[in-house]
Amino acid sequence: MKDNLLHNLWRVVPVLMAVGVTTALLIVVGASPGVTYSALWQGSFGDYDRTFSTLAFWVPLLLCAVGLLVTFTTGLWNIGVEGQMIMGAIGASAVALEVAAAYPDIPGWVIVPLEIVVAMIAGTMWAALAAILKTRGGVHEIFGGVALNNLAIIATNYLISGPWQPPEGGSFRGTVPFPRHALLPLLGNTRFSPLSLVLALIALLLVVLALRGTSWGLKLKALGKNMRSAFLLGVSSERGAITAMMLCGALAGLAGAVRVLSWFDSLRQSISGGIGFLAILIVLLAGMRPLGVLVISLIFSGLLTGGAVVQLRTQLHSAISGIIQGTLVLFVLLFGDPHRVFRRPQPTVEAEAET
Amino acid sequence: MNEAQLVGILASIMAQSAPLILAVIGETITERAGVINLSLDGTMLIGAMAGFVVAYKVSGSLEAVGIAGDTIPVLVGFAVAALIGALAALLIAWGSIRLKQDQVAIGFVLTLLLADLANFLGQNYTRIPGPRVTHLPIPYLSDIPFIGPLLFRHDLFIYLTIITVGIVWWWLFQTQPGLQMRGVGERPEAAFVRGVKVNRTRYLYAALGGALVGIAGAGYSLDIKLGWSDNHILGIGWIALAIVIFGGWRPVRGALGAILYGITKAVAQILQSTFPEVPVVLFNSLQWLLMLGVLLLVGSEGIKRLIDISPRWLQGPLAHALRVAPPKSLGRAFIEE
Repeated sequence: MKDNLLHNLWRVVPVLMAVGVTTALLIVVGASPGVTYSALWQGSFGDYDRTFSTLAFWVPLLLCAVGLLVTFTTGLWNIGVEGQMIMGAIGASAVALEVAAAYPDIPGWVIVPLEIVVAMIAGTMWAALAAILKTRGGVHEIFGGVALNNLAIIATNYLISGPWQPPEGGSFRGTVPFPRHALLPLLGNTRFSPLSLVLALIALLLVVLALRGTSWGLKLKALGKNMRSAFLLGVSSERGAITAMMLCGALAGLAGAVRVLSWFDSLRQSISGGIGFLAILIVLLAGMRPLGVLVISLIFSGLLTGGAVVQLRTQLHSAISGIIQGTLVLFVLLFGDPHRVFRRPQPTVEAEAET
Repeated sequence: MNEAQLVGILASIMAQSAPLILAVIGETITERAGVINLSLDGTMLIGAMAGFVVAYKVSGSLEAVGIAGDTIPVLVGFAVAALIGALAALLIAWGSIRLKQDQVAIGFVLTLLLADLANFLGQNYTRIPGPRVTHLPIPYLSDIPFIGPLLFRHDLFIYLTIITVGIVWWWLFQTQPGLQMRGVGERPEAAFVRGVKVNRTRYLYAALGGALVGIAGAGYSLDIKLGWSDNHILGIGWIALAIVIFGGWRPVRGALGAILYGITKAVAQILQSTFPEVPVVLFNSLQWLLMLGVLLLVGSEGIKRLIDISPRWLQGPLAHALRVAPPKSLGRAFIEE
């Protein structure tokens, strides 16, 4: 009982360590921690506009994290989630630019679902590629993912500066804005689409139910825990890995659609915003706890949108958000489990032999 | 293209590849001892930032007291980068050995964190000129035709990189401690019963390898891609990690892999200027497609089939030359009991 209380108290320690390190860092570079943290708060949840920005950034982050719940359950490191999201953004943009702009008579309630479906297919295919490279080609998903991420970025740059270049040319930053009816329905003047949040929450619910309550989820878990026992149960490791990756890719593709159809209104160079990598950190921090994923992704989204304001107000690099997130995850990974931290060193054979 | 031009290009490829070679060698050492340092990309970035900024600062304060010259600042810069690289690798080793946590997870978090740290701490030092490694052709040797300009008209960083490849090869395959270290990566239980201190060995080589990776990062900012800017060399660490696999965890083959990568990049650049009508995107994609292709070749049954269809007298040497197998205990913690 007392042990449990201590363990719950211990959970705060890695968080305090992360805050301590970040604060020390700010002091070292001559910045005021108070001013920085308050700018971070102001920039994330300080007023209605900022809060809705944070929510708009939260949705794709949550979608990627939900997808990663599936791949991490299966024991896969889907670093390619970033590229899968970018391919989704490209897929949605293709519909918006090639269909919606060319046939303005097609109503939004046809265009938007079509964009979402194409985005999810694009993300799924990109994930399937990484999965097949792993199962058939022996390319570890981390390296396949890194290469596919970079190829997706290069594809975006090519489209922006080539086929989809705005007629005025000049700018390499993005395509022309999509027609209004090709965007997700937005809340007032914000970039936040309540519909996208509903979709993300449904995705979270379905994934958690599928992982916990179905034999499919059980098989994936068996795969993640131990390939051999899964093999003995007759679970095909290849099929499991590919379906898990594809499901994650579909959700990442949806996240990409949300990025171009709400946060932006066009395909941009900075389309990923590091969301995929951040989602990996979130799942590493939250573990397999759905509520944890929900809350941590919201906090991380706030940190990131707040970072931009910190840069604006204090001239500090916006990487400060990443540093807070990174130290937090690192310390929780390292010191989160008190059993491992305070394990008394076992007397080794070596030590005994020496005495 | 005449011969002088060709030699010039080859020499420049040699120089450009040096930091990558060093990073590959460093990671090879670490992984041979059984530790995966996945933080390479971030470690190299912060090594580049720290190496340059420290050298810049030291140079400034030395000039204030009337000492000119880049030698001392550059040396201090490399030393700090080495220290940071060693600490990052030690953190991963410690997390795995002492805290029994996943090396891949810690390495991945570190690579993102260190990249952010590098951009954050280096933001006031972007795009400014600073000290650099001085050019140092070796007398007499540099006059040898072909070999001279190729190998002996560079600077100390590049000479030391080449020497490091040789030393590491000799250490790994020709010495007793090298044998023990490989044993620790392959079969730690067996090494342990023979009296090798497994975890101490892992800490040692993780730190050594990490130091080389840090130095490699500084090699960019102080020699090959001078100065610092946001995400100065982002992505190169992942390339290095892939080359370690391509090199089959062997130093000489890893170094050749890094040079091969440099040659491909140079060829792509030449082709790009020769055929401007081909979209740049193709050339940009090349290094990542190459990475996938090479890993496919190594990972799939491709090599095995290649050996099977080759003439019998060639099969033995070919199998030896192309064999790739990761150290068997790579990434697994070892409990001494």
